[in-house]
Amino acid sequence: MLSKRNPQLNAHGELIHLLSIEGLPKAVLTQILDTAGTFLSVNDREVKKVPLLRGKSVFNLFFENSTRTRTTFEIAAKRLSADVINLDIARSSTAKGESLLDTIANLSAMHADMFVVRHAESGAPYLIAQHVAPHVHVVNAGDGRHAHPTQGLLDMYTIRHYKQDFANLTVAIVGDIVHSRVARSDIHALTTLGAAEVRAVGPRTLVPGDLKAMGVRVCHSLEEGIKDADVIITLRLQNERMSGALLPSAGEYFKNFGLTEDKLALAKSDAIVMHPGPINRGVEIDSAVADGRQSVILPQVTYGIAVRMAVMSIIAGNDA
Amino acid sequence: MTTLHLDAEALYADLLARVRPLLRPDAALVGIWSGGAWLAERLQRDLGLAGKPGVISSALHRDDFGSRGLAGTTDATALPFAIDGRHILLIDDVLYTGRTTRAVLNELFDFGRPASVTLAVLVDRGGRELPIEPAVSAARVVLPPSQKLDLTRDAAGRFDFAIEGT
Repeated sequence: MLSKRNPQLNAHGELIHLLSIEGLPKAVLTQILDTAGTFLSVNDREVKKVPLLRGKSVFNLFFENSTRTRTTFEIAAKRLSADVINLDIARSSTAKGESLLDTIANLSAMHADMFVVRHAESGAPYLIAQHVAPHVHVVNAGDGRHAHPTQGLLDMYTIRHYKQDFANLTVAIVGDIVHSRVARSDIHALTTLGAAEVRAVGPRTLVPGDLKAMGVRVCHSLEEGIKDADVIITLRLQNERMSGALLPSAGEYFKNFGLTEDKLALAKSDAIVMHPGPINRGVEIDSAVADGRQSVILPQVTYGIAVRMAVMSIIAGNDA
Repeated sequence: MTTLHLDAEALYADLLARVRPLLRPDAALVGIWSGGAWLAERLQRDLGLAGKPGVISSALHRDDFGSRGLAGTTDATALPFAIDGRHILLIDDVLYTGRTTRAVLNELFDFGRPASVTLAVLVDRGGRELPIEPAVSAARVVLPPSQKLDLTRDAAGRFDFAIEGT
């Protein structure tokens, strides 16, 4: 039987688009993390720019708002010397009724070389990747509930930076797992990189039991979930979930699943605390923890730029 | 066709002798990854210089990125001293087209403005495609373009040459 090739890889198994961590081999993930390490040092130079994407145009297509992710992609592309075009797409062509593929066709006619796409619909970046010319590359910057691969990769970079090896790690992901594309990307990456145990921690409405199928241990109590953990990834509680009757209140959530210093003491003493941002202080994480000695939330942002530089330079150098 | 034999250890001894008079009081060695970095490491020791030499990579400034993509990822530049105003002695194992030298010159200038840059190589194999010439080379050889010449280093730190292709 012929197997359908992963659309992110070319015939040589090289990365040409980054759409999801799911299905990517360990070697590709490791290559991205290693390359990011090289780019991290570019920030320390007098000239914080390298010419790898000189003459290339990167279009940031954010159909859904995100200041932080869009800005870090923009900085990453600029440090690679690309020309960056930010489109406020939600307020322009889409509002006038243009279809997604028509938008892409028009921007391709403007000689785009790379699209960085965030979209509320799962799978939108796949659709774009299937319709662009062979020399054009697509990076998924978050699609629906499906995937946020660069966030997953920057989380892996952060974990590797502080813990070196994944083999003996227990990683607890705490919060709204079911709606979180970050959680899905993290789980796929941690599984591929060989983390010893991945725990999904949260109330039953946000952490359904069938997550076990993804190879994680499901915990409905924070105490059980973070006991002896090496890494705790807290997720943003999305306010829109409150109205969906999935949670009684933010205060109630904080009482049961908010990460406080007392609770954090259950994890290993050298455990690191991560968060993809933006954080809701006093909802999923207490200020004392967010600003505490075990927090690596701000280094995550810094590493995110290097990881996005790595992804863009790797895919730009590989032909379809 | 006769097999070319290059005695890398003898050539290194020659390079060491030729590099010594080039050393200014404030000179700093920078080796081009990977063979040049090995040479710089040993020269640093044999010349009695304090500290560690710099290592420089061409990866981020290569002119064949469009056709070959990103090269190796483990060869990050590490310059443990300020570049501004220093006399840099750039070391490489094999000088061929000059394109790697061009790339690392760009890389070097991303860190500052050196007072001067002098190039010393173990072997100059001709075939230049850019106006770059070394101040010192321990040997000049002519090889067909199909052959690749690489410096190797064994566990004991001894140098040798590997020739690939015919």
